[in-house]
Amino acid sequence: MAQAVEQITAPTEASSHKSEMIAFAIMVLVLAVLPAFVYPPFLMKALCFALFACAFNLLIGYVGLLSFGHALYFGWASYFAAHLAKVGKISIPYWAGSWQWVTITNSPMVPELAIFLAVMGAAVLGFVAGSIAIRRQGIYFAMITLALAQMMYFFALQAPFTGGEDGIQPVPRGYLFGLFNLANERVMYVFVMVVFLLGFLLIYRVIHSPFGEVLKAIRENEQRAISLGYKTDRYKLVAFTLSAAIAGLAGAVKPFVVQNASLTDVHWSMSGEVVLMTLLGGLGTIFGPVLGAFTIIAMQNYLAGFGQWVTIIQGGIFVLCVLLFRRGIIGEIANLLRIRL
Amino acid sequence: MKLLRTAILSAAMVSAGAAYGQQTVKIGVLNDMAGTYADLAGPGSVIAARMAIEDLGDLTKGWKFEVVGADHQNKPDIGSNVVRQWIDVDKVDVIVDVPTSSVALAVNEIVKEKNKAFLVSGAAASDLTGPRCSPNTVHWTYDTWALANGTGNAIVKTGGDSWFFLTADYAFGHALERDTMAVVNKNGGKVVGSVRHPFPGQDFSSFLLQAQASKAKIIGLANAGADTTNAIKQAAEFGITQKGQNLAGLLVFLTDIHGLGLKTAQGLIFTEAWYWDMNDANRAFAKRFAAANRGVHPSMVHAGVYSSVQHYVKSVIALKSATDGKAVIDHMKANKTKDALFGEGEIRKDGRKIHPMYLFEVKKPEESKGPWDYYKLRATIPANEAFRPLADGKCPLVSG
Amino acid sequence: MEINLPALFGQLLIGLINGSFYALLSLGLAVIFGMLNIINFAHGAQYMMGAFVAYFLLQFAGLNYWWALIVAPVIVGGVGILIERSLLQWLYKLDHLYGLLLTFGLALIIQGLFRHQYGSSGLPYQIPPQLTGVRDLGFTFLPNYRAWVVVFSLVVCFGTWYMIEKTRLGAYLRAATENPTLVRAFGINVPRMITLTYGFGVALAALAGVMAAPIYAVNPTMGADIIIVVFAVVVIGGMGSIMGAIVTGFGLGVVEGLTKYFFPEASNTVIFVIMVIVLVTRPAGLFGRAA
Repeated sequence: MAQAVEQITAPTEASSHKSEMIAFAIMVLVLAVLPAFVYPPFLMKALCFALFACAFNLLIGYVGLLSFGHALYFGWASYFAAHLAKVGKISIPYWAGSWQWVTITNSPMVPELAIFLAVMGAAVLGFVAGSIAIRRQGIYFAMITLALAQMMYFFALQAPFTGGEDGIQPVPRGYLFGLFNLANERVMYVFVMVVFLLGFLLIYRVIHSPFGEVLKAIRENEQRAISLGYKTDRYKLVAFTLSAAIAGLAGAVKPFVVQNASLTDVHWSMSGEVVLMTLLGGLGTIFGPVLGAFTIIAMQNYLAGFGQWVTIIQGGIFVLCVLLFRRGIIGEIANLLRIRL
Repeated sequence: MKLLRTAILSAAMVSAGAAYGQQTVKIGVLNDMAGTYADLAGPGSVIAARMAIEDLGDLTKGWKFEVVGADHQNKPDIGSNVVRQWIDVDKVDVIVDVPTSSVALAVNEIVKEKNKAFLVSGAAASDLTGPRCSPNTVHWTYDTWALANGTGNAIVKTGGDSWFFLTADYAFGHALERDTMAVVNKNGGKVVGSVRHPFPGQDFSSFLLQAQASKAKIIGLANAGADTTNAIKQAAEFGITQKGQNLAGLLVFLTDIHGLGLKTAQGLIFTEAWYWDMNDANRAFAKRFAAANRGVHPSMVHAGVYSSVQHYVKSVIALKSATDGKAVIDHMKANKTKDALFGEGEIRKDGRKIHPMYLFEVKKPEESKGPWDYYKLRATIPANEAFRPLADGKCPLVSG
Repeated sequence: MEINLPALFGQLLIGLINGSFYALLSLGLAVIFGMLNIINFAHGAQYMMGAFVAYFLLQFAGLNYWWALIVAPVIVGGVGILIERSLLQWLYKLDHLYGLLLTFGLALIIQGLFRHQYGSSGLPYQIPPQLTGVRDLGFTFLPNYRAWVVVFSLVVCFGTWYMIEKTRLGAYLRAATENPTLVRAFGINVPRMITLTYGFGVALAALAGVMAAPIYAVNPTMGADIIIVVFAVVVIGGMGSIMGAIVTGFGLGVVEGLTKYFFPEASNTVIFVIMVIVLVTRPAGLFGRAA
């Protein structure tokens, strides 16, 4: 994935910071006024996917790892959060001659706790899956992440708490911190927007930290990074876990928005969609995944009447992006304006 | 602020004008337009809804009934998104059809929250009139309980007293298996075994071998869609039916049989609510419907859409408004149903539409006069026995 | 659970049948990967196209199953060649991941088009009359058609292996994989060889599709899920060797068959679990060269 990104790292640090700041300000402004013009539930859903795509981009854009199974963290966090907010039962098996279950909690949780635990859950899944997947590189890495996600898809299908085909529904919105009534559409929107912006800024911080610099070094030339004494596997694993956790954050908020958690979010086609969003917006650009997510979700929403054509168009976008616009929309714009976005 | 007030005022005037001249009611047909259920529901349901309104003729004078359709791709999140938007933005008054239980259950909640109306034809979940019942929902055509009851009951009574289940390993399959097992046991039959197959499954051969080894007289297929058709196809390949065991489909549609072909599907027994070749009214409907729907004949789901929309429209016209969904549904429950396809019937307090169910057997190729001539009637399950007794459903509307 | 030996043999045999499809598909993937360094995500879609072309041939040209076995792979392989010439060839200088993304997009397009046109309830395709019927092997019943699938795919797999490992053409192929520039210097048209290799790999997928048509419903999504399992098979076997792909394919089919008997709930996931175990213990795969 290196080529696409290399050409646009030319601008100096100072000027790029400025362009990023301006772009960030514009994004916040747009997000603040958009609900007046566009149906808010749609925007909230798009914001969840935007954060999901940003988390995915952290891996492919800045470490050069293509995870083809990111739906695993997104979807499972969504199940966790929905289950905790609706039922709240957590049981742990232990061995006492035979397997026994001990129930830790058994009452619905407040949204913030449900989301927090769901993110932790996604991080654990990410850590385990990451430890397995980073044993192989390149295409193998992609196939392994895909296969692991498919395995967990089947678990989601069979596990009793996910509700199988029915999913978990309806998920109550509840009160955030006991204060804010999330059933109010406007409160909910502000909440989702704040979560998105926090996640976005976190990713931004990581990319520009010393840790992020090492990640980029691994992307450009892993052998060289190893020879410089970096334990690259460890860096990759941390990045993978972080990406899974942020994808989990996006997934954990989503059931509160759409009030259900379903198999769609753990299916491989969702993993493909997040790749598409990021590719379309621009791999390795900070704002690309956001734009990509909004574009794809809008397309699915407004072209829903065209049935299979949506899938066909998505496939077409994949092909076009790979052949002609490997930088993606934001990447092309940044390249044109010679700035970093 | 002034501008805003003017806008509201003019909007109010526009709607008042509309009410004065012609009142518009929007009917949203939500189903699977391209996937597994596209043939048994899909665009055909939109056609059926339009025909229902056409056939009411002069009754709808002064009203405008507009039918819109959308694809939920069998995903609850997409379905609930569409419905929210339909109701909030496009002012849709009633949601119709919605096969795939997961989507139907999600839509059920939203429609209740927004106080609109929901007419279910395509979905199977008996929970819709059970624990999850809603004052805004009518479940028209069939449900898992009715299928299990019809098929299980009739087969045991005609000698199929030992069963082996081939069950899709997810909530829906489990429910179907549970309901049918209960019926089989209640009627003195015996369940000799069951195996859970992965969902979706492609290869059923090893499960079929286990079924064969069990020596059960009946192999019950507690699955749906492609799983069922694949299992039937492979059972034919292994010669299971030729060796004296019979297959019982627990959720089979006319379009599935069409896809399988009679050679493969012959002898299959299952329950449905409606078949096009049962009387002149049905045949006339099927002829018109097929002409509009690429020759594909109507399934029971299409018929259910037709009848439920007619009954709904009559209630809306009687009430002179579609705004209050619960009021319309109450009116529908208070009045007997009557239409060309389902004849006379009624809607129970829990939202269950009551009519007879039919046990069919798929014809042998030599018995069929041509495409779509597939069923012979084996038994009729009278209306009062066809559906779950009101008291057993655990529906809060009934007890409360 | 008491073990019923005849039933166990029955399941083993059935596992071998499933393994035939895994072997054929992973073989095609390995051939393509060896030459083009591309993971062909469209492989499942091309498998599906094979089944559809068989159906079309019967419906519109009156060509039966036996003709379809030859004609369908040629047609779909031809489509593959068009794809390689028009799209894939521009990607060879780029990161391999772009090949994966492009073929994923292609898979979406192909599957979408077929679903749009033919719905997804599946189209019927009968077993050829010569192969209907069931054989009683004493311990189990074996449909003749399934026996044919196992035998024929074994022949195709080993034929392919022989061609690549033991013939002159195969030697060129392997050499071109290692060092295309050098092979070109010997006057061999490497790009054409690449094109034909892709066409051949795709044709293998289509062949598997034709063989699957009478057993499974001919259905636009029939290749979508199987391809992910085949990916796991490929990871387990390692893509370095043709023989590895064949042996792992058949082997995992058998393992899956046994799981269906002993623990059916896990039959969907068993191959993925094996993949995890292999990765933890032998990261390069069972037959793979160390990365």
